[in-house]
Amino acid sequence: MPEPFSGTTTHSPITHHILSVLVENKAGVLARVAGLFSRRAFNIYSLAVAPADAHERFSRITIVVDAESAPLEQVVGQLNKLINVVEIRDLGSNEALERELLLATVHVAHDERDHLLESVADAGASVVDVSDEAVTLTLSGTPTALNAFEAMLAQGYPSREVQRTGRVALPRLNHSATQA
Amino acid sequence: MNITGAQALIKALEQQGTEVIFGYPGGAILPVYDPIIDSSIRHVLVRHEQGAGHMAEGYAQATGRPGVAMVTSGPGATNIVTPIANAYMDSIPLVVITGQVPTAAIGTDAFQECDITGITMGITKHNWLIKDAKDIPDVIAEAFYVATTGRPGPVLVDVPKDVTQSMVEWHDCPTPDQLDLPGYHPVLEGDPEAIAAAARLLADAERPVLYVGGGVIKARAIEALAELVRVSGAPVVTTLMARGALPDSHPQNLGMPGMHGNYTAVTAMQQADLLVSLGARFDDRVTGRLDAFAPRAAIVHVDIDAAEIGKVRKADVGIVGDARHVIEALSAASAGLPRADLAAWWATLNDWRERYPMIYEPASDGGMLKPQAIIEKLNEMSPDDTIVVSGVGQHQMWAAHHWNYEHPYTWINSGGAGTMGYAVPAAIGAKAGQPGRTVWAIDGDGCFQMTAQELVTARSEGIPIKVAILNNSYLGMVRQWQEMFYEERYSEVYLSQDLPNYVMWAEAMGCVGIRVDRAEDVEAAIEKANAINDRPVVIDFRTDAAEKVFPMVAAGASNDDIMVHPIQQAGA
Repeated sequence: MPEPFSGTTTHSPITHHILSVLVENKAGVLARVAGLFSRRAFNIYSLAVAPADAHERFSRITIVVDAESAPLEQVVGQLNKLINVVEIRDLGSNEALERELLLATVHVAHDERDHLLESVADAGASVVDVSDEAVTLTLSGTPTALNAFEAMLAQGYPSREVQRTGRVALPRLNHSATQA
Repeated sequence: MNITGAQALIKALEQQGTEVIFGYPGGAILPVYDPIIDSSIRHVLVRHEQGAGHMAEGYAQATGRPGVAMVTSGPGATNIVTPIANAYMDSIPLVVITGQVPTAAIGTDAFQECDITGITMGITKHNWLIKDAKDIPDVIAEAFYVATTGRPGPVLVDVPKDVTQSMVEWHDCPTPDQLDLPGYHPVLEGDPEAIAAAARLLADAERPVLYVGGGVIKARAIEALAELVRVSGAPVVTTLMARGALPDSHPQNLGMPGMHGNYTAVTAMQQADLLVSLGARFDDRVTGRLDAFAPRAAIVHVDIDAAEIGKVRKADVGIVGDARHVIEALSAASAGLPRADLAAWWATLNDWRERYPMIYEPASDGGMLKPQAIIEKLNEMSPDDTIVVSGVGQHQMWAAHHWNYEHPYTWINSGGAGTMGYAVPAAIGAKAGQPGRTVWAIDGDGCFQMTAQELVTARSEGIPIKVAILNNSYLGMVRQWQEMFYEERYSEVYLSQDLPNYVMWAEAMGCVGIRVDRAEDVEAAIEKANAINDRPVVIDFRTDAAEKVFPMVAAGASNDDIMVHPIQQAGA
């Protein structure tokens, strides 16, 4: 398992970029997009794809990639050349609002759950399924919050299965007028 | 009107203006070969699918129209991968139709199945798998539009056999403005502010160089370039892909830059204070060691492909647009600007030209033929608008230098990909597109052996090209590197003095074969070849294997360390 991004880390000269790519929702598009990264041996850290409009004519691909800026710029240039790519936004980690969803099934007996449920409440997570042997939890939030939650689970609960969606992102709003 | 998918495909190709298809039939494409019998389109039956692809490329480069090739699935499709990669590197508009196994069999390892859209994803501008015959007119229209607009390039359309066999109601191909391509918007006009900034840089530069690449040829920007050359008074270098964009006899044309560029063209770029790149891409064969390339030059980079701007060298002014539109706008913006005096720069350039012309050692009496002399003689004895097609290697560099290109679209070669075996099939394609013109393939013996069987195609189809093999019995360029950089340890570069017998081989393929060993026989052989117009001619010129291409910049070296011809080194 690779170390997850903390969400704000920028260790020079490698940095993480979030590319938000609007594509035509057609067969093979994802392979074309992914092919430009694999050609340069850039690891795609996470990937989220979903239809972007009611008619499902377009999809939004959110790609988190760990790469130096200069070669990434070339990849973005080449992504732009793909006939099915409509629009690309390259969001630096500071300008992106990122969210991700986590599901975790934790094997823990009924009478040992109090501490877990307390932590779940603290983290803003919730319980979505329960059995005698296990509970399934969900948390949506920033990658940092999900990392912390995953770390907590890792510490206390050896028997668990965790899945994350990969992040989606939008640019932060311009706060110059209404700085909070 | 209900017709088969195969008929729809041929009809769509006709609507897109296809005159000739270079192709080879087979199982999966079989249905499409039936309506070809009734079509106005000429089909040229090749002897290997690679030949079909290179012929389509030669056709496209000679005519400016897209080349069309059609092959079957599996090995038919993989055999045309090299031409597709070649067309991608050299931005040649190519439409390749491949047969595919029936839709239901895709993914089952069916007979002659391969994932050709997957294989060519990285070497096409775009490709399509048609799953419904009703999409045929639309996809074919898109394919031609994408191949020919913006930065031209190859596209591939994969058509399963059940699609071409099914019945469909025909509708006309959509026009370009009716196409549904929301992610594809080629830009023609450059940004006026950037053009104004470029014009000011060009007016103020004391040592400018116009760095002209293949994009100028592709954009049909020849007249526009001539005007910018006139307005700016600046020297011009024409890259391997741009030979002929400005006549070689033009006093401002310094010739070809790069690893085997001439001294003045290479050094002018190194010493320039401004490079105006027009449809060129700062290829490694032009720049040499990048951090030592043109170190004092500001860069204006004009390209129709936004991804080229700053890809290799940071541009001070980047202009995305069609070369013809941008060059015209640049000339207009330049008119009337006070210009820096270029007299000192021209004095320097002319001094270099005088000291370091392109030279070679003439043959001694009774000595081996000199390849450069043969090219000069071919040039002298052939019509002014002869199309020259080359393969890849020493002969290619000599053909680029020692032929005087006075017209655009008369020089066809494999630049970016460096595809050996290009010359014979590309020459056939060029001649098919320009039947009234003399077409000389200047080839090496190594290259010739890769694709020579297409001369059978040339003879059967009545496409009388002429081939000059500069035969030194070696893979000459590799031999040159082994001589210079591997201590003359010649490894696997000697072909043979005796095998094949080129004259017999040519004649077996229905061509006229001539062998020339002596300098005094060169003229007569060329005269004879030029007089034959009913079949292809092959001349086997036996040349001096010791001859090397100069100047040369060693791989990875700075262009400042250019090695001129040993005769000039001694005199320097």
